[in-house]
Amino acid sequence: MSAASAAPIQEPTSFAFTPENLDRAQKIIAKYPAGRQMSAVMPLLDLAQRQNDGWLPRVAMDYVADLLKMPRIKAYEVATFYTMYNLSPVGKHVVQVCTTTPCWLRGSDDVVKACEDKMGVALGETSADGRFTLREVECLGACVNAPIVQIGDDFYEDVSPQHMTAIIDALTRGEKPAAGSQTGRQASCPAGGPTTLKAFAAPQAKE
Amino acid sequence: MLRDEDRIFTNLYGFQSFGLDAARMRGDWDGTKAILEKGRDWIIEQVKESGLRGRGGAGFSTGMKWSFMPKNVTDKPVYLVINADEGEPGTCKDRDILRHDPHKLIEGCLIAGFAIGASACYIYIRGEFYNETSAVQVAIDEAYAAGLIGKNACGSGYDYDIYIHRGAGAYVCGEETALIESIEGKKGQPRNKPPFPAQAGLYSSPTTVNNVESIAVVPTILRRGAGWFAGLGRPKNTGTKLFCISGHVNKPGNVEEEMGIPLKELIEKHAGGVRGGWDNLLAIIPGGSSVPVMPKTVCDTVLMDFDSLREVGSGLGTAAVIVMDKSTDIVKAIARLSKFYAHESCGQCTPCREGTGWLMRMMDRMVRGNARVEEIDMLFEVTKQIEGHTICALGDAAAWPVQGLIRHFRPELERRILAYRNSAQSMAAE
Repeated sequence: MSAASAAPIQEPTSFAFTPENLDRAQKIIAKYPAGRQMSAVMPLLDLAQRQNDGWLPRVAMDYVADLLKMPRIKAYEVATFYTMYNLSPVGKHVVQVCTTTPCWLRGSDDVVKACEDKMGVALGETSADGRFTLREVECLGACVNAPIVQIGDDFYEDVSPQHMTAIIDALTRGEKPAAGSQTGRQASCPAGGPTTLKAFAAPQAKE
Repeated sequence: MLRDEDRIFTNLYGFQSFGLDAARMRGDWDGTKAILEKGRDWIIEQVKESGLRGRGGAGFSTGMKWSFMPKNVTDKPVYLVINADEGEPGTCKDRDILRHDPHKLIEGCLIAGFAIGASACYIYIRGEFYNETSAVQVAIDEAYAAGLIGKNACGSGYDYDIYIHRGAGAYVCGEETALIESIEGKKGQPRNKPPFPAQAGLYSSPTTVNNVESIAVVPTILRRGAGWFAGLGRPKNTGTKLFCISGHVNKPGNVEEEMGIPLKELIEKHAGGVRGGWDNLLAIIPGGSSVPVMPKTVCDTVLMDFDSLREVGSGLGTAAVIVMDKSTDIVKAIARLSKFYAHESCGQCTPCREGTGWLMRMMDRMVRGNARVEEIDMLFEVTKQIEGHTICALGDAAAWPVQGLIRHFRPELERRILAYRNSAQSMAAE
């Protein structure tokens, strides 16, 4: 569950999907059998969060619950159980540094420190200008490219403190730094090239 | 070393496109209709004969699991659910299948679904894998457009739908019944068993839940023959396996190797060796965070398969090899895992909910040495009170790393306690 904000939260008084998102929601609901529309609560809460600057006010949970004809409390249960739902406002960029053991072994403490120094916030806080929310996150599942930092939907991999400082600078300038390995590795391939399947280490020729 | 022609995941690193045309050139979707025409029983028998054991951690026979599904179910739908909620610390193999070889998974979903009589499949992908999910969705759309899945899949007369369900950040959803609850739109809290999912799973229908890698290898097994797969590795530990090598190695990475490869060979051939050389090795967690840590003396000779690792008191788990050199604060490394499990406990069972927090706080004290020597035994005893006393295996998973630490590194724990006491006494004397 996301950490409570110190400042009182300005709850909006109403929420409704945009026509485009309502259309998306209907398509999501159709993936589940008739009468099982409650299955769509997770994707719909995610959609609502994306529409609402990255966080879920209670009116949005109510809206999703009502749309799916399920008790509102069931939607609250889901929203509070899963860590990816933000129950209070977040910065424009949510920066989540993995510090679980495989990332920690590769220096995630230094990456956290680089973030804190550069953003001027501690873990769990949002910068005063609303640009960054910094968080510690549990294993992101990309351990051979540790340390990993997730920013929005993207993974930044093989991240050093210097990389992190440059990424934050780029985001501050309004740029979108390239995600993936920051040391130029091809995905999870060992640095310096594959030890196997060298014949497959190039794009296929067009026939 | 495994020969390249025996590797299944030829696009593991994504040098090539994940799309349908490229996947077909790599051999996917070749003769799928003919495989389906051989029938459900043939497919299940072949997978049993191949010796394939589940790649999600438990290592149960995949063919056997399928054979538990009831036959001739007509009153309700049957489901195949794919567990792509990859989150076991150290593990990142399914991610590569999802983003670089999704057609192997989708073809496997069709064949496995057919074998168990399913009408639909849900692929549950952890929420953080947003980009990976997009790749799988593109591949599913391609497969529908090419008539490979959907109505009359591959021209077989069999109708089969595949959907993606995204998670939202909960490790416990990797437990199959928690995952089912999550698809149903609830908190991911594991169910009591029985009934097992094969009797009453998703929407109370017969359901099989399989790991991504288990399913993605099935088409190749059926094309090349059960005997081919069974001929790789060691008896009861057959085939190839994706290994994830992380931590203090010179070149961390994923690689597909033969089951039963010596751990030392795996690290030296594919991961550039241990940082500072093999003699600089302190310990290795060989199968993801849930399995007990092994000291170097065990690592020197152990083979990487289910039974070899069990014999030395650890486990293959997800084959995620976390390497720690002599610079590692081993107590802190394990304490961080205790924090992970405390964070991820779903809160349903008291021994886990309370016990994981207790382990975390106790381990934090052990890191500093702020404890009494007798408390090491108490800590061990508490792990035994958690292990086996919870609905799901998360409690066991929280207990085992701490047990492994005490078993192999007790002198280090005692040394810290003594050092802490001495420094406290010298401070008091000043």
